Order: sequence, then C-alpha cells, then structure tokens
Amino acid sequence: MSMKSLLNTLVIIFSATLGATLIWAILELPLSNHIHLSGQVLAQLDTTGVRHPTTAVLLNFRGFDTLLEVMVLLLALLGVLDQTKKCTQKNLSISIRLTQSYFQTLVWSARVLVPVMVLVAGYLLAVGEYQPGGAFQAAAVLAAAGVLLNLSGLFPSWRELSWGFRAGCIFGLLLFLLIAAITLFLSPGVLLQYPITLAGMFILIIEAGLTLSLGLILAGFFLLLSDEVNNKEVDE
Amino acid sequence: MTGTLIYACVGAVLFVCGVTGLILLPHLLRKVLAFNIMGSGIFLMLVGLGQHDNISDPIPQAMVLTGIVVAVAATALALAFVRRLFYLTGKAQSVANLKSLDQTEEKLITMERNKEGDASK
Repeated sequence: MSMKSLLNTLVIIFSATLGATLIWAILELPLSNHIHLSGQVLAQLDTTGVRHPTTAVLLNFRGFDTLLEVMVLLLALLGVLDQTKKCTQKNLSISIRLTQSYFQTLVWSARVLVPVMVLVAGYLLAVGEYQPGGAFQAAAVLAAAGVLLNLSGLFPSWRELSWGFRAGCIFGLLLFLLIAAITLFLSPGVLLQYPITLAGMFILIIEAGLTLSLGLILAGFFLLLSDEVNNKEVDE
Repeated sequence: MTGTLIYACVGAVLFVCGVTGLILLPHLLRKVLAFNIMGSGIFLMLVGLGQHDNISDPIPQAMVLTGIVVAVAATALALAFVRRLFYLTGKAQSVANLKSLDQTEEKLITMERNKEGDASK
C-alpha cells in the first residue's frame, strides 16, 4: 500500500469516527435540558411589530446581528471587486454554447420568468411579516433573476461597478444605519430598540432597503465573476 | 429516536463528508464545494436540534438564515481568490511557496504595463 492511499484511509477512518461520535452525541443529548428560547420569543412577539417569530428575531431582537451581516456582505463584495480588477483573463468561466433553438427557449423563458421572479420577491418581502419570507429570501430571488438574465445573454456581466450600482449596494445599509440612529434618538442608550407603535413600519422599511441592496450584492457576486455569454458562436 | 433528530443526524453526516472532502481533494474548487457541504451540514444540525415537539425554534432559524447568506458571500470571495490563483499559477491548487507567487504577480504586472506602453505608442 502506497503512502498516499494509507493517508487517505487514515483520513477516512478519522472522519468516520468523527461522524459516529457526532451522531452519538446528538442522540444522547438530553432534550429536557434544552433552553426554550422559543417560548420567550413567542411571549414577547406582540411587542415586535411583526407576527412571524423568525422575522422578529432577525430584525427586532437581534437587529444588530443583521446590521453587521450586511456589512460582512459588503466587505466580501469589496474583496471580489478587488480581485476582478486585477484579473484580465477569464480563465475559469466557460461560455454557454447552445444551438439556436435551445438558446431561443432559454431567452424566452428568461423573459417570461424574470417579471414573475420580481413579483415573487415583492410577495416574499410583504409576507415576511406573518409567515416565512422576508428580505433575505426576496433578495435571493432577485439575484437569481439577475443571474438568469446574465446567463441568457440579456444582461451584461459587470466589468466595473457603476456609481448607480455602488449606491444601490450600500443603500440598504445606510437606511438601516439611519433607522438605528433614529431608534438611538428615540430611546437613548439602546441600539435598535423600536418604539412599539413604529416597530412594524421600521422593520418594513429596513427590509425593503435590504431586499434591493442584498439583491444587487448577491447578483454582483455572480455578475462580477461571470464571463460574457458569447452570442456570436450561438448565431453560427 | 425521535423523528426530528434525523435532520441533525443527516447534518452530522454531511458535515463529515465535507471535512473528508476538504482534507482529501487537492483541487481548490472542490475544496470550496466541500467547505460548503460542511456548512450545510452545520446549518441542518442547528435547525434540526432546535426543533422539538414539532415546534421550530425561531432563533436557530434566524441564525441559519444569516449563515446561509454569509456562506454565499464567502463562497463568492473564495471563488474570486481561486480564479486569481489560477491566473497567476495556471493551477487551481494551494501553493506552498508564497514568495514565488509574489514574483509571478510582479512579472505579470510589468508585462501588462509593457503591453499598455506598446499600445499607447
């Protein structure tokens, strides 16, 4: 047995042991000792301005967490922007080569689907108040629409972010910070502590801004790294 | 075994698969994929353990929602790095000698500058 396959076997044995230990730990976990945070969330739900517990946790109880998350996303976008600027060759991306009829199908389905996806994003944003949904899901759908448009050649890849896109990416964060500042003004000393009467409206404003910005950022991760769809080869 | 714990167990299996892939696979793109599978396993474990008596706990759900979006961002950044490395070395594998990488980068930059200089002439 060679050195490498011995090493591989060792790694696989190690992983199997780790997996068995993890599953054993999960099964042995005493359920009665769980801290029931969900009960506390449900008890306080009336004061949050929304009716869905996950949205309440994301944007009310742990609002600062979400605020920092948006900053993390922007940092990652900055990193991607920096890397693409240096890179002149597009080595890892492959252009789509489809025959004409398939390409037409792709283009038409994109044209039909994208307006529906924008509608779905709006719907997800609106229902986040009382059922699963919200800014992140809506933004993911928006970004997927952008990716679909790019793959079907209807929307160009981003070589350089224009000022409009840059402003759009940071808009959600600025809106969030503005509302955080307002809450700081309304109840001094506590960040993102919404007054009960305004909580619903504040959360909806933040979520709307985040949907737009996160949609742009998530789409940017793909569009900044993707290559142009080569239409000329399709036409042949 | 209660029914909800099956999710946590599947999450543990996914996590282990990811760890194995991360160690064994040399190609960086595969390492990024393995890391994502690892992350998915952890998310599934968090959500699965947070669910008891068929009532889902909103706090792990919010954490996982945050985690998924950050994982997407981290993956994009990792892919950008992999592409940069591929551009510099011609291979998508981790490099032991970082000094040689800096030298290659300098060479490429001077080459590009020379090209730009030729074009402007």
